[in-house]
Amino acid sequence: MKYIDEFQDPGLARRLLDDIRASVTRPWALMEVCGGQTHTIIRHGIDQLLPEGVELIHGPGCPVCVTPLEVIDKALAIAARPEVVFCSFGDMLRVPGTGKDLFRVRSEGGDVRVVYSPLDALRIARENPDRQVVFFGIGFETTAPPNAMTVYQARRLGIRNFSLLVSHVRVPPAIEAIMQSPSCRVQGFLAAGHVCSVMGTAEYPELADRHRVPVVVTGFEPLDILEGVRRAVRQLERGEHTVENAYPRAVRTEGNPAALAMIEDVFEVTDRAWRGIGTIPDSGWRLSERYREYDAEHRFPVSGIATREPEACRSGEVLQGLLKPHQCEAFGTACTPRTPLGATMVSSEGACAAYYLYRRLGTAPARSPQPAPQPPLEASPVV
Amino acid sequence: MSDTVLDITGWTCPAPLRDHPRVVMGHGGGGALSAELVRHVFAPAYGGEVLAGMGDSAAVTLGGARLAFSTDSYVVRPLFFPGGSIGDLAVNGTVNDLAMSGARAAYLSCAFILEEGVETATVARVAEALGAAARAAGVEVATGDTKVVEAGHGDGIYITTAGIGLVPEGVDLRPQRARPGDAVIVSGEIGAHGVAVMSCREGLGFDVETVSDCAPLGGLVEAMLAVTPDLHVLRDPTRGGLAAALGEIAAASGTGVVVDEGRVPVPEPVRNACAVLGLDPFYVANEGKLVAFVPPGDAEAVLEAMRAHPLGRRAAIVGRAVEEHPGMVVARTGLGGTRVLDLPLGEQLPRIC
Repeated sequence: MKYIDEFQDPGLARRLLDDIRASVTRPWALMEVCGGQTHTIIRHGIDQLLPEGVELIHGPGCPVCVTPLEVIDKALAIAARPEVVFCSFGDMLRVPGTGKDLFRVRSEGGDVRVVYSPLDALRIARENPDRQVVFFGIGFETTAPPNAMTVYQARRLGIRNFSLLVSHVRVPPAIEAIMQSPSCRVQGFLAAGHVCSVMGTAEYPELADRHRVPVVVTGFEPLDILEGVRRAVRQLERGEHTVENAYPRAVRTEGNPAALAMIEDVFEVTDRAWRGIGTIPDSGWRLSERYREYDAEHRFPVSGIATREPEACRSGEVLQGLLKPHQCEAFGTACTPRTPLGATMVSSEGACAAYYLYRRLGTAPARSPQPAPQPPLEASPVV
Repeated sequence: MSDTVLDITGWTCPAPLRDHPRVVMGHGGGGALSAELVRHVFAPAYGGEVLAGMGDSAAVTLGGARLAFSTDSYVVRPLFFPGGSIGDLAVNGTVNDLAMSGARAAYLSCAFILEEGVETATVARVAEALGAAARAAGVEVATGDTKVVEAGHGDGIYITTAGIGLVPEGVDLRPQRARPGDAVIVSGEIGAHGVAVMSCREGLGFDVETVSDCAPLGGLVEAMLAVTPDLHVLRDPTRGGLAAALGEIAAASGTGVVVDEGRVPVPEPVRNACAVLGLDPFYVANEGKLVAFVPPGDAEAVLEAMRAHPLGRRAAIVGRAVEEHPGMVVARTGLGGTRVLDLPLGEQLPRIC
């Protein structure tokens, strides 16, 4: 952790930006896959600093955003049951389902708890044998191993009052779906470093080759992003399309074997619906047959769900990189973090939330005038 | 800038979160939802001119004396945390609200709401901590109250304090007084209290070296006022952190605020904890810090006086009030970009990954 500052060093950032500027001869469009990367880009103003020809397109990598409305509605129904303690990571609590969110369920009497690890939910189950404890297991390859391990532990310890509401998604099939879209403009990918730290890079060479796109495994600090962009642009300028690892401090080619074994043991690949995008074949995980008794959907059958997405919400296009958040007519007016139309505005990793939080000055000039150039305060040690 | 709210009658928004038939946790987070509750429920019900000021403490005149008057409730979990306890908070929170009006707290009231079953030894420890904090702050607990609620209806101990103090002649500190050109000064490193409390909350379980910055700020404010009584605004950035405090000042005064991110002191353990949890130190609570808007001509002298005080050693000019983007706070990032610092909606939520 002590290295955070080193990956935000303004001097090194300038050098990387100079290098990118020097190598760009024509426009390129790159997609950062992960919502964490989107937030780094917007929070630090990296997209403002890149040369004009290099466009960053925000990908579908926000686990909160892509969790289907139907699953959220199931979560709301299960969480409202009196015998259930419903545990979730914090940022899922504010995501709108059809008509309400988990905060609202809690205010209506549901026992909804924020936990920081699925193992905390398992502990709650052990301490409350007369309650049913459900953990909302969403996320990409990054969160799948700990969630798998928790189910594994529950079975090993004979804890029967624990279950997982699973909506895990996998990145490579999403990249495949994006590349197959006729309107796709993406010419290169900054692959999500944390996903690759689990899965390794084996799934990417075929994708890069088939679609002739460079894939650069990229971390999450500002210098990581700039290095990812630099390498992707360099490949594009040279007409190359290989897989590069620009995040070697966390990612090995083979990934994390222990985590992969845990996923293999507990989950099986399935088709999965992505909110705003639709169903992508083989793009998710569900609990495998031998762990089915820990599947909350089986334990608590929910019927009568009638999901309803808002017509004005264009988050699907945002998630596919077809639309920038501020290009949506509802952005910043009908749709704000206070009144979100879609999950991309409410999730802390959502592209719309990132633009709203960090970039309103530049994207909504009618409502928020662009500031005049700001002089330095005094001799600043930073920039 | 507050969110633009349109009439969306007839829209098919699945998340009419503006309409809360019941209170949610965010209503107590010190952000936009809290403000909405005050603006739409409490203030209209109470009426009164003094309340309309909406400061952390009320400025009242009684028998010719200019008084600052404030109350706050404390519901922190756990009751004891690195660097303090609910007893310290109950004193320093109210003392600091008064100090932000320029007043040195004189008397406190203190009401305990105890949950049936809490150990009397725990109550005694909290009371001792509260008494010690009062003595350290130079304030006397003059009156109090005790109630007990049934087991399961509380978190052990809740405390409400109210305080009263004299505002010196010539001092007028209000968020509305921020002016373009004012230097924005922060008294020290931010985020310590929020991270210290989070680090020992149930379920979080990571080790950090951070202790709460809980402290009474009356002495520091006196040192600043000794340089010039013409400070424009003081605010203690508690719930909602520095971002909320600056946002409230910008909104109240109609000035824009620019903050240079790299100048805001953030301790490394706080930065690291926030990185792990996906939180922003600008939004994390403090209990012993203040932010000041100071006329530019006085800024260096005030800064020097702050740095000479034990609670202001790391004070820094972190930004300025500007005419551009009125009512809005903008941070300049370390890399040279800009971002908007908005009022938090409710409480910050740790990210999934």
